[in-house]
Amino acid sequence: MANNSTSTLWKTFFLLLGLTVVEVALGIIKPSALMGAPLGTSWLNILFILLTLVKAYYIVSTFMHLGGEKKGFRLAVYLPALILIPYLTFILLVEGGYTYDEAPSIY
Amino acid sequence: MASTVEMEQPEKVWGGGNKPFAISYGKIMMWFFIISDALSFSGFLTAYGFMRYANELSWPVAEDVFTHFPFLTGDHPLLYVALMTFILIMSSVTMVLAVHHGHQNNKNKVILWMALTVVGGLIFLGSQAWEWSHFISGDKGAVEINLPSTVSARAANGEMKDIRLGKNVIMHIVTSDGEKLSLSQVVDGELGHESNHGLEFSSEEVISAFKHNGELELMMPGKEKLVVPHAAAANLLDSKALAVQGANMVHNEYGKKQFANFFFFITGFHGFHVFSGVVLNFIVFYNVFLGTYEKRKSYEMVEKVGLYWHFVDLVWVFVFTFFYLV
Repeated sequence: MANNSTSTLWKTFFLLLGLTVVEVALGIIKPSALMGAPLGTSWLNILFILLTLVKAYYIVSTFMHLGGEKKGFRLAVYLPALILIPYLTFILLVEGGYTYDEAPSIY
Repeated sequence: MASTVEMEQPEKVWGGGNKPFAISYGKIMMWFFIISDALSFSGFLTAYGFMRYANELSWPVAEDVFTHFPFLTGDHPLLYVALMTFILIMSSVTMVLAVHHGHQNNKNKVILWMALTVVGGLIFLGSQAWEWSHFISGDKGAVEINLPSTVSARAANGEMKDIRLGKNVIMHIVTSDGEKLSLSQVVDGELGHESNHGLEFSSEEVISAFKHNGELELMMPGKEKLVVPHAAAANLLDSKALAVQGANMVHNEYGKKQFANFFFFITGFHGFHVFSGVVLNFIVFYNVFLGTYEKRKSYEMVEKVGLYWHFVDLVWVFVFTFFYLV
């Protein structure tokens, strides 16, 4: 448990900081190459979401030491979140899209 | 105890009188609380996503809303929230360092890092208060139109298209060059301030000033930036239009009021978590200071509040992405 030396922690911190800086820079510049919309949202937004998941992974596994716990416990924590949250997101976003289609272009 | 835990035959691991996960009851329960809390936050953020998808055209663009930075003038989208994110990640590091030194029973180091974590939490709360107060007092103001009808609006490429207006539609006053004007500039012309400077403007004076200046047009919030030309705009303002300054649960000068409602609710709920985290961190800090955990020969309490504190940071990472970036 106490096997995390402080250098790992600082590395994780600089990684999180770097990813945040990249996100903010992309959010300000909005490179036109990333503005195409393949899956209902732009490449840029997909990139933001992926970077967010990377940050979340490092916070949970390094800062919260979940990486050092037993596999059974890791699954008990990860699985409910990994199954239920994408499921709920999928349902609500699809329904939101239909709600929009029912009342097109009403401001 | 240690000898039973280390036996790895499966029938012994789950046979009772044992800790199959090799983790204490308190930490397991903190993790399960965190999972349920994570599901609550997902509920709020996905509900926000639903509203945003359902109002895709008129949803305010976050970087048009949160543009201020303390002591700087002009538009600086994203910088302030990036700073808040930095503060929270930093205080996560100080927390994990406190846990680290707790494992080594190094009381003075734990005191130092816990104290810095509490300070980081307080700075974050202060930043959030600043953000809220700017959002509530508003920036340039807008008009709210209550005349369900169809109007012809100009897109960015110059094409005209018909749009259907519902109830309580927020529009921003712009010049024919597309530059956003504050209510103060609309009413007082050249003498007006770039933001409303705490002045209140009545609906009547804004509407009459708008009508007397043929240069002015109305711009819809949202990513398409549609503009209603002056004549049609003046017609819309004739019927029960309001001047709106700032954001609250009923009117929101930035656009859809649901945007403000979700902003208050989600960042408020997160801020309340930060606040409770600061209180818990302070209690644990005080106990470290008194030597409670030194006597107990275990700094596990620091680990437990640490888990909660990192969770608060984790939620902010998602709020930052879905409220400010995407």
